[in-house]
Order: sequence, then structure tokens, then C-alpha cells
Amino acid sequence: MFGKLSWSAIPIDQPIPMIASGVVGLVILGVLAWVVLAGHLPYLWREWITSVDHKRIGVMYTLLATVMLLRGFADALMMRSQQAVAFQSQGYLPPEHYNQIFSAHGTIMIFFVAMPFVIGLMNLVVPLQLGVRDVAFPTLNSVGFWLTATGALLVNISLVVGEFARTGWLPYPPLSELTYSPGVGVDYYLWALQISGVGTLVAGINLVTTVLKLRTRGMTYLRMPMFCWTTLASNLLIVAAFPILTATLAMLILDRYFGFHFFTNEAGGNVMMFMNLIWAWGHPEVYILVLPAFGIFSEVVSTFSGKPLFGYRSMVLATMAICVISFMVWLHHFFTMGAGPYVNAIFGIASMIIAVPTGVKIYNWLFTMYGGRVRFDTPMLWAIGFMVTFILGGLTGVLVAVPPADFLLHNSLFLVAHFHNVIIGGVLFGAFAGYAYWFPKAFGFRLHEGLGKAAFWCWLIGFYVAFMPLYALGFLGMTRRMQHYDVPEWRPWLLIAAVGAIIILIGIAFQIMQLVVSIRHREALRDRTGDPWDGRSLEWATASPPPVFNFAILPDVSGEDAYWSLKAHARQQDLEKREPNYKDIEMPRNSPTGFICAFFATIMGFALIWHIWWMVAAGAIGAFATFVAFAWRDHDEYVIPAKEVARIDRANIEERRALISLAGA
Amino acid sequence: MADTTMAYAHSDPHRLRGIPHAAVVHEGPAPKRIVTGFGFWIFLLSDIVMFSCFFATYAVLVDQTAGGPNGSELFDLRRVAVETVLLLLSSFTCGLANIAADIRNKPWFQVSMAATCVLGLAFLYLEATEFADLVARGAGPTRSAFLTAFFSLVGCHGLHVSAGILWLLTMMAQVFAKGFRADIGRRIMCFALFWHALDIIWVAVFSVVYLLGSKP
Repeated sequence: MFGKLSWSAIPIDQPIPMIASGVVGLVILGVLAWVVLAGHLPYLWREWITSVDHKRIGVMYTLLATVMLLRGFADALMMRSQQAVAFQSQGYLPPEHYNQIFSAHGTIMIFFVAMPFVIGLMNLVVPLQLGVRDVAFPTLNSVGFWLTATGALLVNISLVVGEFARTGWLPYPPLSELTYSPGVGVDYYLWALQISGVGTLVAGINLVTTVLKLRTRGMTYLRMPMFCWTTLASNLLIVAAFPILTATLAMLILDRYFGFHFFTNEAGGNVMMFMNLIWAWGHPEVYILVLPAFGIFSEVVSTFSGKPLFGYRSMVLATMAICVISFMVWLHHFFTMGAGPYVNAIFGIASMIIAVPTGVKIYNWLFTMYGGRVRFDTPMLWAIGFMVTFILGGLTGVLVAVPPADFLLHNSLFLVAHFHNVIIGGVLFGAFAGYAYWFPKAFGFRLHEGLGKAAFWCWLIGFYVAFMPLYALGFLGMTRRMQHYDVPEWRPWLLIAAVGAIIILIGIAFQIMQLVVSIRHREALRDRTGDPWDGRSLEWATASPPPVFNFAILPDVSGEDAYWSLKAHARQQDLEKREPNYKDIEMPRNSPTGFICAFFATIMGFALIWHIWWMVAAGAIGAFATFVAFAWRDHDEYVIPAKEVARIDRANIEERRALISLAGA
Repeated sequence: MADTTMAYAHSDPHRLRGIPHAAVVHEGPAPKRIVTGFGFWIFLLSDIVMFSCFFATYAVLVDQTAGGPNGSELFDLRRVAVETVLLLLSSFTCGLANIAADIRNKPWFQVSMAATCVLGLAFLYLEATEFADLVARGAGPTRSAFLTAFFSLVGCHGLHVSAGILWLLTMMAQVFAKGFRADIGRRIMCFALFWHALDIIWVAVFSVVYLLGSKP
């Protein structure tokens, strides 16, 4: 009846996961109880859960990412503290638990923090920057988000029911095969990623189509803001790379569930084929994450320097070059495979070549700042912190791209330090910069500046204290994923790294405080004009938060930095005094399709993990029925009358006029 | 604000010098039919990437028979030829259905879709008997890495055809109940694209797996 599932799946005897999941469960129950008792449920259902508005979906993606960041960071703290104490002792985490923690940390941070964070920001901002009212497929967008949430939920369920994978964030066979990992941990990993992978693919298709087919009048490709370009590149990579992940994980699933021989040791299976396939997805994935961050920095640096982006065209070229070359370097993840000197040399050189367009970008940002009147608000601090940190990470990357050096550094903590250096310094700093930069756009009030700066400094210093020792440890020969160790020379470095993790923890505490304080003082921090940073692109041309239709009249773009030139014209000719000719606007109706579909996907995923076949069928039929029901509805749009549009728009124009006359005075 | 930055804003600073109208004119957002079709093309490309992984794996594992049978001992080219004809014919009837939808002819649409469905089911039946025969002869997917790759690649295509038939029946029901609404028309277009793409993939399966594989 319930497949492999029984009461013994719940780890009553292990205090750490039980306490952790107990606390999480209590928090979730508390939030749910508050939502229901305070009567917020209808509002949440109507305005958020069933919303197909790209801005709302973007916010929910980002919220999911921040919640999962806390989970992933808790794992990080446990690893750092374990390694700090596990000198010539077992520490406090038994090996099988420690292995689950580093696997969960990597999986969560990449798939459920970095991915939803950047996809959330792209969802929120890109249609606004393109000057349009929505993404190409609003309902599918909601489906994509909720499927991502399903994946995150499954990973967290593994905390209480069963176990998570012990195989690292990429489940290398033969360890991940049934013979060596008979438990459900790897299955949790596989199904969580397959389901959220569908969500990511949907988001990718949606955003590619949006950028290529939905741009306002006059928004030619070479007038798009840089963030739209990097969004395009990143989502092209999603569309081209995520199917590889889906196929690879499907093969591992076939091996585990039906005794196939893709990656087994027996019957001619080929383990190295898994490495090739997974990294053919895995390396583009790195750029899927970091390209949007590059876009965010381009926007931030240009806005806070008060100048157009230096070398816009070279930036576009560099972005697309990275997009292509990222598919030609995957083998550098396993130079030690023994493919021979020629193959290794080619991939080593390709890996160094990809540093060139990245270098072009760095110089462009520097020259954008040069001669500008730079304002050091929080987003700009993240951008500068990024430039310094990312260069360092990039240089160590070029170092490990040299095959002979890589033979020494492979799987050492040097590598761990390198990829944290680029992912924290690149992706996460970018996400935080985007968060601080676009928060006023999404909610209509700014974040508290002082606490934001405090958080930045804690993160920056904490990062260096936590990860520079890992470089040293790599040189001292310490390999990654060690549950305990006996080498006295390593101990001091690991203690320093633990201190760094605590400094980052303080940074996160500041971020939470910043959010709470900002919400409490939102009236004082209110942005009435919709343009708090003196921005340059079209998202600042509408109110904060933008009305559901984004723009009352779709803007007509005649150059780059569309909103900047609009402002400049308005100041000189006072064009905004003219009343536009408002028209009725059709918007897509909200739909619970995404949520219900994800509900069935969760059931299906859980049933697949535990081999409960009738439940699998029930989940699949439910998901299909949901789509049919959606396809059957008769009205998928509603009309906002011109009068209402005019009323909403006039209020914003008044505020803007006040701003312009203030600036003119 | 500095005067220089204002001047920048007016001059569209990144226009290619010497080529005044290098930037093409853009008329604004594309109509829905274009957007939907384009998005679906992108999906199809991603699906083809997934298939290419299974093709690549097949190419890697084709000689790993682990002492078991290889392709030339297993494949029955006559059956595969019939399968191919069925599938290509179904693509033709699917095209007819698409035209019927364009001219809003319900009876012809339903007849053509039904024919497509029957041809697809016949294809699936043949494929199922092939799989059953192989398993009965002890050449199931667990026998060797070669057979693993074979069953996965061909089975993945078969799974797509099955999903396509489910979609096809849904579209028939929808046209029956709702007629040719604009959104239903867009779905029919996407379905046709999907069905033709499966044909293209089958041609590759036929060539790479069966034709190359049946060489002794």
C-alpha cells in the first residue's frame, strides 16, 4: 500500500534533524495559523498564490530563494562547526549525517537559492525594462514557479521522512547507484530536481520568448538594457542545458528503478559518461547563474555613476560570447579523468579563453565608473565588492584551468574556495545588489540604508575570513567533504573559517533586521515617484509598485537608456503636461493552475520516491486534469477600463512632475 | 546632473558611427499567435537537445553488449519499415487536420485527427510488440548497456508519441466542445509542430539505430 514508506523512515533517534524539522514545522504551522486566523488567506489566494502577474511571481521566486538561503546557510554553519571541532575526533555529526548536509547544502544553494533568486529578479524586472505589460506565457510562468517550490518542498521533506542524498550536490555514480546508495536519499534528490527542472525550463522558454518577441515599440535589440541581454543569454543557456540535466537524471533514475546499465560497473555501463553529461549541463549552469548577475551590476554601476554603460556593444558581444563558449569547457571539471594531454589542453585553453569576455566586462564597469559622479548606496557597494572579489575568484579559476595545476588541486579545498569565491562574490552579491536596487520598485518603499550597508560589510569581510583559509588548506593538501581529520596544521585555518561563517551569520541577521525595520518604517522610506535612484531604464518610468498593467501607455523608445532620455526631454520641453489618450487594457486572468498542478506534482514526486505506485498514477492524472480544466475555461482575460487606467496613471504623473520641477529648480 | 551626461542621453551614444540607421525599426510586441508558436519552437529545440543526449549515450554504449546480442541479431527491419510508414503517414494526416483547422472545417478536422490517432496507435502497437519480443528473447534493457541505451532512446520517442496521442485526443474533445477558438487554434498549431518534430526524431532513430545497427 505505501511502498517503501513505514514509520521507521522518520529518524526519531537522531536529535539534530528531529529538532531542526520540529522548529521548521512549528514555524510553518505558526505562519499558517496566523494567516488563517488573521483572515489573510483569501487575500493571499487571490492576489499571490493564483497570481499570473510577472511581478508577483518574481517576488515569490525571490522569497522562496531567501527562505531556502536560510536553510542552506544552516547547513553551512553545521559543516564549518563540525570541521572546527572534528580534529582527531568524530565531532558532533556522524558521517552519514555530515554527508547528507554537504549534499543538501550544495543542492539547495544552487537549485533553490541561486536559481530562484535570479529567475525571480528577471521575472520582476525584464518585462518592465522592455516596456511591456507581461511575460509571453503568464500562466505557465506561475506553473514554473510552483514546480520549483515543489522541488524545494521535497528536499525539505527529506529532513523528516527518510533521508537526503549522501552523494554530493552532483550524484556521481557508481556511488549513487542502487548498489551503493540503497536508501531513498538519492531518489529525493532526483525527483526534487526533475520536477523543479521542468519549472526552470518553463521559465527559460518564457523569458527567451519574452525578450525576443515582446518588446515595446522602438525597443530594438541594441537599445535593450544590459540586464535584458544577460537575461536572454542566461535563458538561452537554460533552454539548451537543462534538457541535458533532465536526460542525465532520467538515466540515473532508470538505473536505480529498473536495473538499467547506463552508469553501472556491470554489463558495459560507463561511469564517465555521467560526468560528461552532467557537466555539459553543469558548466553552462554556472553562467546561467552569473550572467544575470553581470546584468544587474551593469544596471547598478551605470545608474549609480550617472553615466551610460561604457562599451555597451562590447558588453553585448562579451555576454553572447560567454553564452557560446560556456558549452565548450565542461571537461575541465574532470581533467583527472585521463582523457589525455590533447583533450585536456583544448579544454584548458577554452577555459582560459572564457575569462577574456569576462575581463572585458570588468573593464567596462570600471570605465563606466571612471569620470562619473559615483553614489555609494547599498547596491553600488555590492557591485564594488563584487568586482574585487570576483576578479580574485576568476584568477584562481584560470589557475585551476591549467591541467597540470588542476591535477594537484582537484577535489581539494582550493577548489571549494574557488567556486564559493565566484558564486558568492558573483551570483549572490549580484542577487543582493538587485534586491536592494529593485526592492523599492517592487514594494514602493526603500530598504533601510544603514542596515543594508552593515549587512554588506559583514558579508564581504565574512566571506574573506571564511574562504581565504580554504585556499591555504587546499595548498596544505586538505580534500573537500572531510567529516574529521588528523592533521594539526589544518586546525587553525578551519577555526578562522568558522569565525568567517559567524561574521556572515551576523550579515544575514542584519539583512533580516533591515527587512523588518524597513517594513515597519515604510511610510518614512516611501518612494512616491517610482524613480528613487534616478534610474535610466524603463522600469523606473512607472509607479512603485507598478500597476498590474505596468504601463498605461506602452512607451515609444527612441534610443538607449530609454527612461533617461525621456526625463531629459521632459525637463526641457515639459512634454508630460499633455494628457495621453488612455485605452482599455486587457490583462490575463489569475489562475490556480500552477498551484494545483504543483500540488499534484508534489504527491507524484513523493510517491515516486517511496515507490507508492497508485499514488503516482493519482498525481499524474490530477496534474493532467488540471491542465485540461485550464484549457477548458472560456474567459482568460479581463478588461481594465480606460477610466481606471487614467485614474491610476494620473496620480503617478503628478508625483513625477513634482520631482521634475524640484530638479529643475 | 552634469551637462555632459545630458548630452549623452540625447545622442544615443552607442549608435554605430557612420552607419546612421544600423538599428532596425521595431514595431512593438508581436501578436499572440507568433508568440505562442515561437515559444513552442523553443520548447521543441530543448526537447531535441534532450533526445540528442540519448543519441549520444546510445553512440557511446552501442558496442557494450556485455556478451549479449547486438543490433544486427535483434532488429527486424521490415517491422521498422512499417513503423516508419505509419508515422510518416500520420504526419500527413496531421497536416490535413491543421489545414482543416485553418479553414475551420470541423468534420475534416475530426476525421484527420482520428486518422492520425489510429496511425500513431498502430505505430505504438508495433513498437510494443518489438519490445515484448526482445524481452521474451532475454534481450531486455537490463541485459547490457547497449540494450539499456536502445530501449531508452526508442522508448523515449515512444513515450513522446503516447503523450502526443493524449494531447491529440484532448484537442479533438476541445474542438468538439468549444469549436475553433483563437486559443484552441494556437494549441492545434503547437500540436502539429510537436507531431512533426517527433517524425524528424524518428527519422534519426531509424537511421542511427536501425539502419546502422542492422549492419552485420
